[in-house]
Amino acid sequence: MNEPTDGTANAAMPEGGIDATRRRLLGAAAVVALAVAPGVSLIAAADAGHRRATAASPARRFGLLIDTTRCRRSCTACVTACSAYNGWINQGRPSDPQWIRQVEVTEPVSGLSRSVPVMCQHCAAPACVEVCPTGASFKRADGIVLVDRHLCIGCRYCMMACPYKARSFVSEDVSDQRPDVPRGKGTVEGCTLCVPRVDAGEVPACVEACSRQGGGAMTFGDLNDPQSAIRRALAAYPAVQLRADLQMDPGVRYQGL
Amino acid sequence: MSAIHYREIEGRGAGFWALAALLAGLIAAGLTAAWFMEHIGHVITGMTNQVVWGVPHVIAVFLIVAASGALNTASIASVFGKVAYKPLARLSGLLAIALLSGGLLVLVLDLGRPDRLAVAMTHYNFRSIFAWNIFLYTGFLGVTGAYLWVMMERRLNDHTRRVGTAAFLWRLILTTGTGSIFGFLVARQPYDEAIMAPMFIVMSFAFGLAILLLVLMSACKATGRPLGDAVVMRLKNLLGVFAAAVLYFLLAFHVTKLYESEFAGAEAFLLRDGGVYTFLFWGGAVFLGGVLPMLLFWLPQTRRSRAAVVWGSLSIVAGGLALVYDIIVGGQAWPLSIFPGMAVSSSFYDGVVNAYTPSLPECALGLAGCAWAAIVTLFALKLLPFMPESLADDAVEPAARIAGADATDAAA
Repeated sequence: MNEPTDGTANAAMPEGGIDATRRRLLGAAAVVALAVAPGVSLIAAADAGHRRATAASPARRFGLLIDTTRCRRSCTACVTACSAYNGWINQGRPSDPQWIRQVEVTEPVSGLSRSVPVMCQHCAAPACVEVCPTGASFKRADGIVLVDRHLCIGCRYCMMACPYKARSFVSEDVSDQRPDVPRGKGTVEGCTLCVPRVDAGEVPACVEACSRQGGGAMTFGDLNDPQSAIRRALAAYPAVQLRADLQMDPGVRYQGL
Repeated sequence: MSAIHYREIEGRGAGFWALAALLAGLIAAGLTAAWFMEHIGHVITGMTNQVVWGVPHVIAVFLIVAASGALNTASIASVFGKVAYKPLARLSGLLAIALLSGGLLVLVLDLGRPDRLAVAMTHYNFRSIFAWNIFLYTGFLGVTGAYLWVMMERRLNDHTRRVGTAAFLWRLILTTGTGSIFGFLVARQPYDEAIMAPMFIVMSFAFGLAILLLVLMSACKATGRPLGDAVVMRLKNLLGVFAAAVLYFLLAFHVTKLYESEFAGAEAFLLRDGGVYTFLFWGGAVFLGGVLPMLLFWLPQTRRSRAAVVWGSLSIVAGGLALVYDIIVGGQAWPLSIFPGMAVSSSFYDGVVNAYTPSLPECALGLAGCAWAAIVTLFALKLLPFMPESLADDAVEPAARIAGADATDAAA
């Protein structure tokens, strides 16, 4: 490498000049490489992380089973846990977001009452995804229905189309957001099944809270796996879909209704 | 037939500039309101997570529906060859563009993220009727612009019928799309009917023609241009038929709903127990939008009165706004049926009639859309020859004169 290969160039340079130039050039290249390499590595790492995060498998379909007979009327553990984990606050105003709520359902003749948690039903044929003009509402391969906050223009057509009133519009500034649960004024949001937790192999916050502080009414799992707890529970007792007549095939099922 | 001469309006008087200043003031107020809505958030509006679309959508939908209907007069001339309507074709096309742009202005500025308009223009979900509408609206502006061009450029006049037919078909599809935004909402009981698409088309005929008549009569009066009975009475008769057709579609829509017991609760709410919504339906949509204008247009005592034409047209506009408010806001006030047959309650207002009170910012934004449509029309009339110099009976097409003031064939 140190031997000049071009006699003409060598003749034109002072003694040792070509070597000095090359050394300077190589030195500069090394500095640049040292400066850039960590960045490139970081991008590669982030890219790998991104791939891991988006590697939802169509072989699985995540869902919830809620046994309403075990859901206590006075208990709001699931709502509180969802609010705490995802950072939304309900102050009782009609404009406040509510990703999950307890609906008191009463049979008019008998008066039999049930407390029923209602959130995004993560439908297989979600109306919100159908109507979204920009594709911000989307369904992951594993059935989790989400909103891409970078594409949502805040038109609220998804809220008009959802049969479960499962989505909320953020109508004022939000603060103290969790880094992995982005929210934004002027966009629509709803239950994500705590997708960061699910991707980390955990269960949604509501399910965990229900099993610890509530009646253990919620079961989370893979609806496609016959051996999963949710599938076995579904096989053991009848369960219903909310607004099954709409044929949206919700991923959330209810027992005891 | 004598040739129709078109000429710009002078637009130099104090009245012209006073009107322009008023409209500019309304637009400035609306833009300020939109700025506050974007920076503080929609919390300053009456819209909530229960009633997600409010006054801005009512006015935007009204203007968009009226826009497609305003083009109707031009279509009758170009597509169906009724020469009596030809002198109004340019004004008809201009109003279509002005009204649509006003509606779109309101719709876009009400978005949660109006700064992401570029996203809406570059990311499409073609299963969404909303995404289709983005193309239908922008395409309508283009097709109607081309239509005006071929009408106003003498060398291109031969293409008027072809381009006019394209514009006519486009406006039919456009209003079908607007009606389908609601008709496709199967989750909400007050909507969920395919008839909403043709009903919106008929609504557009009435709203658009009423606005065209009002603009035509005010413009002729303000500029001192003659306007004969042949034109006014012909348009009035047609407008009366359109008002009757809207009533017919409302009847068909609600009878269909009433027949299905699933919708009995929602229908009882809208037609009987809904307070302001019931009042807006019977007093606004039915009486002001249909019954009163038909009486004014056809009762022997008022059938020849110009004032009756003005009041009837204003009544149709007021009734139309009431109807669109009833459809959009009333439809959301009725709660979703998530547990059919059960009594429900929750912290998220399940099972209760949702409240909605329009706020000043959203009303200002809606008014700005109307003002925008008006100012576009005002300056277009000043800059380009949209208005005929004379619409006196002896200046318009002889067939119109022969048909006379009581030309009921106009309805055909």
